[in-house]
Amino acid sequence: MRPFDYVRATDAAGASNAAQAANAAFIAGGTNLLDLMKLEVMAPEKLVDISRMGLDQVEEQGRDLRIGATVTNSDLAADLRVRARWPVLSRALLAGASGQLRNKATTGGNLLQRTRCPYFYDTDTPCNKRQPGEGCSALGGETRNHAILGTSAECIALHPSDMAVALRALDARVEVRVPDGAVTEHELGDFHRQPGDRPDRETVLNQGDLITSVLLPAPAGDRQVYRKVRDRASYAFALVSVAAVLRVEEGRIAHAAIGFGGLGTVPWRDPSVDELLTGERPTTALFDKAADLLLQGAETHGGDDFKPPLARRVLRAVLEEATA
Amino acid sequence: MSLDLKLDGRSEDRFGTMAQGLLGTPADRPEGVLKVTGAATYAAENLPENCAFGMLVRAPGQGKVTAVNADEVRAMPGVLAVIRDERMIRNAAQGTANEAPVQGVDHAEYVGQPVAVVVAESFEQARHAAQSLKITTEGSPGPVDPDAVEPEGEPTRTGDLDSAMKDAVHALDLTYTTPSHSSTPMEPHAAIAEWDGDRVSVRASLQMLKYNRNELADCLGISAENVRIQSPFVGGGFGSKLGITAEAVSAAIAARELGRPVRVVQHRRQAFETVTRRSETTQRIRLAADAEGRLSGLGHEALVSNLPGETFAEPVTQASAFAYAGAHRVIGERLARLHRPAAGSVRAPGEAVGVTAFECAMDELAVKTGLDPVELRRRNIPDKDPSSGKPFSSHMLAAALDDGAGRFGWSDRAPEPRSRREGEWWIGSGMAAAFRVNIMMEAEARIDLTPDGAVVETDMTDLGTGTYAILTQIAGEALGLPAESVTVRLGDTDFPPGSGSGGSWGSATTGNAVWLAALDLRRQIAARLDCDEAELTLRDGQATCGNVTRALAEVLGGDDLRGHGHITAGDAFEDVVQSTFGAHFAEVAVSDVTGEVRVRRMLGSFAAGRILNEKTARSQCHGGMTWGIGMALTEELTHDRRDGHMVNRDLAEYHVAVNADVPPLEVHFLEELDPWSGPMQSKGLGELGICGAGAAVLNAVYHACGVRIRDMPATPDKVLAGLE
Repeated sequence: MRPFDYVRATDAAGASNAAQAANAAFIAGGTNLLDLMKLEVMAPEKLVDISRMGLDQVEEQGRDLRIGATVTNSDLAADLRVRARWPVLSRALLAGASGQLRNKATTGGNLLQRTRCPYFYDTDTPCNKRQPGEGCSALGGETRNHAILGTSAECIALHPSDMAVALRALDARVEVRVPDGAVTEHELGDFHRQPGDRPDRETVLNQGDLITSVLLPAPAGDRQVYRKVRDRASYAFALVSVAAVLRVEEGRIAHAAIGFGGLGTVPWRDPSVDELLTGERPTTALFDKAADLLLQGAETHGGDDFKPPLARRVLRAVLEEATA
Repeated sequence: MSLDLKLDGRSEDRFGTMAQGLLGTPADRPEGVLKVTGAATYAAENLPENCAFGMLVRAPGQGKVTAVNADEVRAMPGVLAVIRDERMIRNAAQGTANEAPVQGVDHAEYVGQPVAVVVAESFEQARHAAQSLKITTEGSPGPVDPDAVEPEGEPTRTGDLDSAMKDAVHALDLTYTTPSHSSTPMEPHAAIAEWDGDRVSVRASLQMLKYNRNELADCLGISAENVRIQSPFVGGGFGSKLGITAEAVSAAIAARELGRPVRVVQHRRQAFETVTRRSETTQRIRLAADAEGRLSGLGHEALVSNLPGETFAEPVTQASAFAYAGAHRVIGERLARLHRPAAGSVRAPGEAVGVTAFECAMDELAVKTGLDPVELRRRNIPDKDPSSGKPFSSHMLAAALDDGAGRFGWSDRAPEPRSRREGEWWIGSGMAAAFRVNIMMEAEARIDLTPDGAVVETDMTDLGTGTYAILTQIAGEALGLPAESVTVRLGDTDFPPGSGSGGSWGSATTGNAVWLAALDLRRQIAARLDCDEAELTLRDGQATCGNVTRALAEVLGGDDLRGHGHITAGDAFEDVVQSTFGAHFAEVAVSDVTGEVRVRRMLGSFAAGRILNEKTARSQCHGGMTWGIGMALTEELTHDRRDGHMVNRDLAEYHVAVNADVPPLEVHFLEELDPWSGPMQSKGLGELGICGAGAAVLNAVYHACGVRIRDMPATPDKVLAGLE
């Protein structure tokens, strides 16, 4: 770990100002950042602690929910409003990490967590995400848990979040305070960036931009399912996960929003899948067609060849459950 | 004075007539409170004054090593030294090596080899400096793919297996593979070294101190008399701390160079690479059986790997030599010399993976013959060792099979796969036999007896296994003292050399040395009472001989007595075959959607002679069965196909079974005394629970959903491929 300065911010303006330095980073729970700093995968010169700024509240705004950026995964999963109206989020949170990690990890931090690609963690192997232009060691290497959607020739690293997959299906928005004090909102679908030729740029955030809240609109569907397939029953990242938010009216799917984990370089959602399902009667043939659409651009790398057939089965099972 | 015993034949059971009632009880560990309150100090704790901190640096490739910017790093804040010393070791020594492993830092033979240690005033400075040291390697790398090299070694052939296979009514020729496994334990590998003149003291986390002392001395080029190692508490070993380790050697070198104490702790990711892994295996198993399922021949051939210069080859077929009858046999290992991190003993070396694969093959034979898997095994229990013709000291497999099957409710099982389904889950059950050779080493121990009680001393270690508890019980039982009156001191080379912990031999070997030390004392007490030791009854601090009872303190009459015991294995371990036996049963659920496997219950019945402490014995079996779940379903060290480096070298990505993966585990012990195993009639139990446990799980997977996984672990993708 490189020596670094530590600043504890008391309000958003102070946090933004403190984080203007070229190599500053915000820290909240630190569950991912500290690991990466110990390995010198990330080496910020300054940490701005945002965990004591009162961003840890969950508030109702009409029928919507405003989730403070430093609300922990455990608190959010246990929130009675979330459990009652956005259960897919609670399920996704509880499927992630371990109890100890969820007690520290925060909502904003979870959106910014880095990939678990082992080559990204290994500073002795080239990685375009760590150092653009260095090369990708995963290509031609061990690829059991890499992305098959949204990849580029430069990077096939998987986005590891469970929480963000549910948030995508819930049409969440991310509230960001930029250093000049303005507050902007991003659809979560626009927040993460696919790797392209700059895998190091993972979100739309610029230096000093601070996530202050995640906004959860009233759920568009009452049938909510989160299903995660993993190598062990706890503390393992998704091989494939599916978050479904559906509404069924008179035997037809009136609303469909499906998020996917374990597949994409970003928390994945494919509008064409949602469109295909919407207005249709639920049938196995329809679900298979949805899987075809989802996977038509998938590129596998050997170790992850199992993902398309697995995703197909999980999607079908989730849709069956959600429309039953 | 010392009471020496070489085990050349059967021993008389002396504990059946002892009066204290301590041995065999589920006694708590005397150091348990220290451990759960943080008061037990492990190797990295108890920092001496003026201690400096070292961090190892790994080679990023194979070949000639250059430290490009060593001068720059030396100039970094707090940095005291960048040391690249030819005495540093390539990897941990093998268990019982008793000499230095391969040394040197100029040439890296595998990716991850420690090639420097950076020492600084603080741990943080040392770590950052170590990460800043740029290491390059050049030269053509050695092979890393087991299929790319011509292996060494030939199996042992008896009779004509090829003909037996042709003549067999049922013949199976199957190949199973297991990946590399990690032995990294909870407590990181750590050492603090401090010199006083020419004498070095090292606080370390090691399993076998008398060997480790010689190994460290040999590494440093000094006399063993000038080395003291203390390792009173060890937070798990599983084989990773059997031989001297890289951090201990480099701490000693750095402390000498700097003239002050140095601590070196290995980062988790370093320990994965520098301690020995369990080799991956490719196992060809052939079974030739008649119409009734009786084996006429069997083959068990394994391909394993290790670095050049290492003597160890995973003894995959160790139990196959004696497990089942069959005259025509081909058994043995071939060793591929690979430039992957070194392989060595990991919990139950040999049987852990060997019995597991073989017991999967036996399940396949049961299906092929239409026999119940329990019955198939029963029919093939040999009446003597089929390889050597020697008798068994005892044979408890049939008893374990019956006991386990009865308790598990095996007879309720429908024989056909895919017989039971709950929602999307296929439910099935499977079983496997367990075998583990019983090993006796050499050990010494002494006991000082005073009016206040007894103090037991040996350099034996306690890896969290219960050594403190068991030796307390043995000494207390033999000397008629309650547990509170017995103090056990372990893990210091200034004490008499015990066996060290490994190979399940610890409690039986060092325990017998403690018994002999107690017997030495019993004889001295009896002499003071003018009676025969066999007539002596010691209980609650009272000595009784005939109709005379006196307080032990009074018998001592102000003298302190010392007993010394020394045990060695003799012909009792040559003339008969000694093994422990067991039977595993498992019930699993397999998702028809995802291929995920959940173990719903597991049961093991085990026989290992006298059970010394019912609680710690049970814990050992729980641990073994949990490893079995991991081996069957989740554990796989992945080597990069290009350079062999360990890709998933941390505990987030190397998946041991966690709480949520482990169902209630039921453990039962069979009553047994094995007179060939020594005066305590007790055999090594620690590793039995892992042997075959994974096979019970995999056989249950097959029974549940009809998918046979021969390439472990059975991760969802592999099960799914079978379900598709």
